[in-house]
Amino acid sequence: MTHRQLQLVLLSGVVIALAILPRVITDVYMLNVLVLTLMYAALSQSWNILGGYCGQISLGHALYFGVGAYATSVFYASFGITPWLGALAGGVISMLLALGLGYPCFRLKGHYFSIATIVIAEIGLLLVHNWDAVGGALGIQWPIGPDSWVTLQFARDKAPYVYLALGLFVITWLVTYWIEDSRWGFWWRAVKDNPEAAESLGVEVFRSKMAAAALSAFFTALGGGFYAAFVSYIDPESVMTFRFSLLFALPAVLGGIGTLWGPLVGAAVLIPLTEITRSYMGGSGNGLDLIIYGALIMIISLAKPEGILSLFHRNAKPDARP
Amino acid sequence: MTLQAFLQVLASGLLMGLLYALIAVGLSLIFGLMDVVNFAHGEFLMVAMYATFGLWLATSLDPVVLMPAVTALMFVLGALAYFGVVRFAMRARTNVGMVQIFATFGLAVLIQGLAQFFFSPDYRSIPKSWLGGKTLDIAGVFLPLPQVFGGLISLLAFAGLYLLMDRTDFGKALEATREDQGAVALVGIDRNRVFALGWGLGVALVGLAGVVLAIFYYIHPHVGGPFALIAYVVVALGGFGSVFGALAAGLIVGVIEALAATVLPPAMKSIAVYLLYLGVVFVRPSGLFGRL
Repeated sequence: MTHRQLQLVLLSGVVIALAILPRVITDVYMLNVLVLTLMYAALSQSWNILGGYCGQISLGHALYFGVGAYATSVFYASFGITPWLGALAGGVISMLLALGLGYPCFRLKGHYFSIATIVIAEIGLLLVHNWDAVGGALGIQWPIGPDSWVTLQFARDKAPYVYLALGLFVITWLVTYWIEDSRWGFWWRAVKDNPEAAESLGVEVFRSKMAAAALSAFFTALGGGFYAAFVSYIDPESVMTFRFSLLFALPAVLGGIGTLWGPLVGAAVLIPLTEITRSYMGGSGNGLDLIIYGALIMIISLAKPEGILSLFHRNAKPDARP
Repeated sequence: MTLQAFLQVLASGLLMGLLYALIAVGLSLIFGLMDVVNFAHGEFLMVAMYATFGLWLATSLDPVVLMPAVTALMFVLGALAYFGVVRFAMRARTNVGMVQIFATFGLAVLIQGLAQFFFSPDYRSIPKSWLGGKTLDIAGVFLPLPQVFGGLISLLAFAGLYLLMDRTDFGKALEATREDQGAVALVGIDRNRVFALGWGLGVALVGLAGVVLAIFYYIHPHVGGPFALIAYVVVALGGFGSVFGALAAGLIVGVIEALAATVLPPAMKSIAVYLLYLGVVFVRPSGLFGRL
């Protein structure tokens, strides 16, 4: 069995295990944590396409997440269009947005690029905040309806959300898996490692970045659409702030940036710890949850710069960068 | 807009700009020295504000008097942050940039948690001080005294920084370490010491701004974020690593923001600053005065 076939077998195992979990766990709170973990794994996997494989550190993906969440919510709440289509529309809008923004932004390098992404997402946040047609600062409340796979509303049983989040994760994983071995994958890694050398060898650097951005934005928006359906109420602060942009990058960085399994591993460590410390210690507002969360991020990123995954790859070559 | 009103907007913008420059210059200094973007910069500002508040509460001395003590405290904190966190982040062999971002981001969250733990998430303020609430009237242009004081401190800090960089051995060591980290070791400069002093200095500078802000601004655990974002924009606009680029960019940002506030709703005034940043870097990808 080749290495790549082994990855597929591993995925099947993980999917079966995760699909069984909602049958075992009946506690609504734990199911919530599971949904969020899978959702952030999928979102981080999407971020990883641009940030991890192509090396363009975006800290503004909250924009695409917000566009997905808003498109889905507006289509459903105002026109009764199913979130399946709404999320898809959000994905396409985000993709076009990423291409339009990428055109000027990909001329920028390093921190100038990252700060441009932060600033653009902030502009988006402020515009939505003051845009009354999409609810302005108040946001959008989803109409209450019966449980249904058409409207993606499940009031009593949280298991369907687990399957949806798992489905989203599997799709982003498969896309990443396919890309790793495609021409795009090789181009992206070349762009990440040394854009000048890549260019001189005939890699179309600009087109590579644009393709990575479009794909990454599309799936981030799908995640936004899912989140909106899951929480049934969104406002600008709950989907578009800088915190989200960091939360999409963080699992990939902690797990292993630019790797197939990094985002899932990172999310599996980070999200349950965050959620559990928040609910057990955050309620009092004494900041203990923040202290633990901050210390954890600091310690993992300092102790394992290559990510948690590197623990399992004793002989693997770390991805060498100058 | 009448000339009077225009001068008022310009003066307020310039004063706020000087303060933005003072907040940003520490970030710029640290970046120029060692290519580290400090994501905890806003939290250092917040700590300085709380330190001022705490010392004021304990001693009931005026913030102006407390300034040297708070600045010294921040210097120590900066050096500690280098030895405790950043030194390890720089050792990373792979994806150094991300490790720095998230190590300092983790530090930022940790500091926020500590602030909440010791001071609660409530909004605090220093209700009465020598400068608070007073204004200076120059030919019909009203200037709030705390901001005037902040502007003066900022100008003095930049002048001091210029002398330090230009005239002292420490400044030469900073410049040499910035040019070539390996070579300085050969001439007997301890790289770690220079970096720690650089961090101390950078954080002490944001500490000065924190004392000024504490006089006229609300103090809470998340106060740093918006200022940090402006500081990043200022530093990048001026050009990463360019100390005086930060001064120029700070002034430009302050004035643009004040002008925007006259035509846009208050919450939207930052959009003008963000668009300015994008406009500049799309034309000059290394900022106004950056070396790339």
